[in-house]
Amino acid sequence: MVQPTETLVETPSQTAGPYVHIGCIPSFAGVTGVYPQDLGLSPIADGAKGEVITITGAVLDGTGWPLRDAMLESWQADAAGLYPEQDGADPAVGGFCRFAADKDSGEFTLRTVKPGPTRGRNGLQFAPHIALWIVARGINLGLCTRIYFADEDNSTDALLARIEQRPRAETLLAQPTGNGEYRFDIRLQGSGETVFLDL
Amino acid sequence: MTDPLMPRRHEVHPVSRWPEYKTSVTRSPSLPLLSMESTPSEETGPRFGHSLIGPHDNNLIVNFTQGADSAVGERIRVYGQVMDETGRGVPHTLVEVWQANAGGRYRHVKDTYFAPLDPHFGGCGRTLTDDEGRYEFMTIKPGAYPWPNRANDWRPAHIHFSIFGHAFGQRLISQMYFEGDPLIDRCPIAATIQDRGQLDRLVAPLVMQQSRGMDYLAYRFDIVLRGRRQSMFENRPEGM
Repeated sequence: MVQPTETLVETPSQTAGPYVHIGCIPSFAGVTGVYPQDLGLSPIADGAKGEVITITGAVLDGTGWPLRDAMLESWQADAAGLYPEQDGADPAVGGFCRFAADKDSGEFTLRTVKPGPTRGRNGLQFAPHIALWIVARGINLGLCTRIYFADEDNSTDALLARIEQRPRAETLLAQPTGNGEYRFDIRLQGSGETVFLDL
Repeated sequence: MTDPLMPRRHEVHPVSRWPEYKTSVTRSPSLPLLSMESTPSEETGPRFGHSLIGPHDNNLIVNFTQGADSAVGERIRVYGQVMDETGRGVPHTLVEVWQANAGGRYRHVKDTYFAPLDPHFGGCGRTLTDDEGRYEFMTIKPGAYPWPNRANDWRPAHIHFSIFGHAFGQRLISQMYFEGDPLIDRCPIAATIQDRGQLDRLVAPLVMQQSRGMDYLAYRFDIVLRGRRQSMFENRPEGM
């Protein structure tokens, strides 16, 4: 026998289910009057520094069909690469946003400022990116991925560099479509499957 | 610079593809996840203040009517503590819940089950944990309900929980079940957790000592989020 370890174990996940909106985006579910407004409506307030961008996409299942019940959350740094808790961060960047796939088309839209590059421990560099967390019926543990930008220099990014099959890195690149707009589709399974993360 | 998160122990979590839960078959990644040590994107996260929380937010019995009327159902108190893997309480973190009404019907534009809506029940609530990570809700016990999967699948009574922690990488959604429910063992969603001992951690015990006579029954549900690794050999200024 050995001494017991002192750590607890994370609570197991269960699917968010199709009615996740009731708890997280009540107005989407048709529940109004409990809270003044939904949480996480925008990651930025008026006056946020940087380039305002709009990212549109869909979450596609293994047959290519868009999920109509997905909920997504994003978290990001400001235009200077500082997270909201860090000294000197732009007070107009809350960094967090919550949004749903449209109940008919499955399309989602995120309007934010493009984040700056960031640094991690040991000098690791990260190109501008937005962390994304996806839950839905049939997803048993929330899926983590990142939105990078095809029009940025991603060559020194420490995470993209770890993707062994180089073409798969492209699944994390939002493609510019003009006027500060980007397209970012998430493929849960099959051809072009998005790289999902365990960080 | 913040401390890295402890790696997620995937063996405690559900498998992503579970054929008896049919929707998971086309919504589960088939390729391995890309693993590496957490970075600032996972080690930081949104914080929410007390100004967010309204006086009725953690009382689902009355929050849909802002205190004017009460929902129908068995009155219950759900309470517990949010901790991290180091055993410390997680203070001032947002806990959100949602659930069906006492008849097993959700107030959602896409729920078409013919059990009636309760005009006095919305089905969502939220609260912030206190200085020690404790939280509580008042609600009614949700009903079981049938759902389209196999020919006759029923969800056990459950309350959905969404917890933030203090880092985006701690984000967790799960479900609380109720002690003694015979539908837990028949539920293909519960069965996505392969380790029965882990599934038991989602089953809240009835605690009579915390129940109130002539008022409510109490169920305890503790939640553990990922912790942070701390070493004296890390996080020192360069050159030391």
